[in-house]
Amino acid sequence: MTDALLRLDGLTKAYPGVVANSDVTFQIKPGEVHALLGENGAGKSTLVKTIYGLVKPDAGQMHFGGVPFAPANPHAARAAGVAMVFQHFSLFEALSVAENVALGMDDPPGRRQLSASIREVSAAYGLPLDPERLVGDLSAGERQRVEIVRCLLQNPKLLIMDEPTSVLTPQEVEILFHTLRKLASEGTSILYISHKLEEIRALCEDATVLRLGKVVGTCDPREKTAAELAEMMVGSALHVPERTGGEAGEVLLEVSSLSLPAPNEFGTALRDISFSLRAGEILGIGGVAGNGQDELLAALSGESLAAPGTVKLSGQDVSRARPDARRRLGLLSAPEERLGHSAAPGMSLTENALLTGEIREELTANGFIRWAKARGFAERIIEAFDVRTPGTETAAGALSGGNLQKFVIGREILQKPRVFVVNQPTWGVDAAAAAQIRQAVLDLASEGAGVIVISQDLDELMEISDHFSALNEGRLAPIRIARGLSIEEIGLMMGGAHDMQDVAPEARA
Amino acid sequence: MQIMIFGQIDLILLLASLMVASTPILLAALGELVVEKAGVLNLGVEGMMITGAVVGFAVGVNTQSPAVGFLAAALAGALLSLLFGLITQYLKSNQVATGLALTLFGLGLSSLLGKPYEGVKAATLGKMHLPFLSDIPVLGPILFRHDPMVYLSILAVVAVWAFLTYTRPGLILRAVGENHEAAHALGYKVVRVRLLAILFGGAMAGLGGAYVSLVRVPQWTEGMTAGAGWIALAIVVFASWRPLRVLIGAYLFGGVSVLQLNLQAAGVAIPVEYLSSSPYLVTILVLVIISLRGQHGAPGSLGRIFHASS
Repeated sequence: MTDALLRLDGLTKAYPGVVANSDVTFQIKPGEVHALLGENGAGKSTLVKTIYGLVKPDAGQMHFGGVPFAPANPHAARAAGVAMVFQHFSLFEALSVAENVALGMDDPPGRRQLSASIREVSAAYGLPLDPERLVGDLSAGERQRVEIVRCLLQNPKLLIMDEPTSVLTPQEVEILFHTLRKLASEGTSILYISHKLEEIRALCEDATVLRLGKVVGTCDPREKTAAELAEMMVGSALHVPERTGGEAGEVLLEVSSLSLPAPNEFGTALRDISFSLRAGEILGIGGVAGNGQDELLAALSGESLAAPGTVKLSGQDVSRARPDARRRLGLLSAPEERLGHSAAPGMSLTENALLTGEIREELTANGFIRWAKARGFAERIIEAFDVRTPGTETAAGALSGGNLQKFVIGREILQKPRVFVVNQPTWGVDAAAAAQIRQAVLDLASEGAGVIVISQDLDELMEISDHFSALNEGRLAPIRIARGLSIEEIGLMMGGAHDMQDVAPEARA
Repeated sequence: MQIMIFGQIDLILLLASLMVASTPILLAALGELVVEKAGVLNLGVEGMMITGAVVGFAVGVNTQSPAVGFLAAALAGALLSLLFGLITQYLKSNQVATGLALTLFGLGLSSLLGKPYEGVKAATLGKMHLPFLSDIPVLGPILFRHDPMVYLSILAVVAVWAFLTYTRPGLILRAVGENHEAAHALGYKVVRVRLLAILFGGAMAGLGGAYVSLVRVPQWTEGMTAGAGWIALAIVVFASWRPLRVLIGAYLFGGVSVLQLNLQAAGVAIPVEYLSSSPYLVTILVLVIISLRGQHGAPGSLGRIFHASS
């Protein structure tokens, strides 16, 4: 076990303006589960793309199984025994499971034989799959199974997993871990990329921590606390958001029997959703992506209109009101997609501030734009939320994810909403900015607003919510008090393990 | 009344000319289907068709061989589409604008090239005489006494369908059109696949154009494709990107065009304007009804510009 399966020596890759990887050196032993830890933008993706042949390093070497390894493309990497499960972008929704698997193989067998081996491998690892189904009809967990099975069919020596659990329920994560441990016990090395510290502590035997493209440490994650790992990752101790008092007040938002058909082929229908939100309350809504989060936000913001009487703001029926009318009444929202939904990438920050702030901040008069006032509003957002930008005339698309997110959230919060609905407030945002955003949401609630936070980050929801619920296939689970909920209970609210089966119990570590 | 109208029209002749009238659109639409399945929207079909029409005609006249004319037309269409491919795939220009420009360019280029050939006659393709089949009463003249291009176009429908459904290159082509980032991440050459698809689409549009000038009319007049390229584009969309539905759509359009011409000739008391617009209306109506049911299936990356992120 002393010979490394994969050894990286001084890998360096620079893009114009940014060094993605700088002198990265580490090694992975056979049969080891190795964590690659780092924040967004730390260079994890570039590094694994290099190993998978998608990126050519500027300097440095790799050795795989003792021989020099420089894959020119993914085909070469696969041929050498490297397989990769991607975080995004590698499935084809309009194609069947079998076709998706065939595309990831260099020399796929015939249709019938391939279907048979998909069934065989997926059963052996407790990941049942029907080869004939369209991927577009599958849940997020099932889609990931497709990717994993695609990799397993090639008998890889090294399996790279890029943020595999971001789309899974806790129960599904547990099953995935059993599968991975079983694979590792059979001699497959696993490179596991994540920023979820508890997962890494539960699964990995060795960890390499990246910060700003450099290796800043290696450790055995089982011997460290999550806080110690976080400090290695971020480089400084993190500010933990705190709550200052605030009793729940009168009911601000009341949703009763809200149902909406799916907006498109791959969307989710909302089914009979009812809840109420009080002043000063934060309602956290969890759930795996694609279970109606976007649709719920659209129904609350006014982008899609529901049946009369289903959405009431302070007793007033707003179900048929358009977004502008709802903004006027104090119901504001920030959707998940930063570029193209909550902000227009090609427009300046001033223009973006104007787009949602027009009514409540009175940025127009007689059909003309009051530019000075709009610019002033943008400046206030930048100031109050510590948005790092050259100025108010910078295009929104030129800001980093974290900074743009701070701007988008700040834009709504400064308009003093009575009810604020936000989807994925800290997705793809670095830890410091995420803490800042959470603090702002907490402050908003303590000032008496009602807040709905839709998120897939359970730790975040547990940290800030008073009440918790979860969306599963467009239905909202009964609302529970967040404090004291166990991870099992949360998982069941999110829909449990769907139809996954656990692998044999002996795989338990 | 109905019987009266049809009494003045030879039904067998009508049905026989249906296949001839439909073939240009079928060829062009089939090519565009493959292009769009690869995720590229080429609105230059009309321009490539008319260029194919003039080049096919000119070469046909000069060589006295319609077969060489067709070959030259396919080459000309492919060459023009290569221009589109280079601009959109390598220089990443907007596909809609580039396609429209290609149509305008093709129309202008064709009238320039075609000037010396106005009023000239070319040798046309002979009708095939299939032993036994051509002699069947009624069905023989309708189905089995056409020129080889008619049968080639139907074979092409089957070939494209089988290619997309059953072969690995076909699967890769669909994958590239469905999600180009994923295809790239798996190591497929997105730009190369698309360029090949664009070339195929250009060649097919060229053939379709040449069929108009060498067989259907057969002579050269400026702007003679008269919007057939646009109809081909519409048919691809309304046929939900399925080859067999493209066949239905093209034959429907061809059928109604022939029928309304016959009705005009028979002097039916319907204003000519209504008759002339009927093929467009009927085709769109029927295909809308077809596509209302079931999946629409537009390729996921259709018309989007691909930037390799490495």
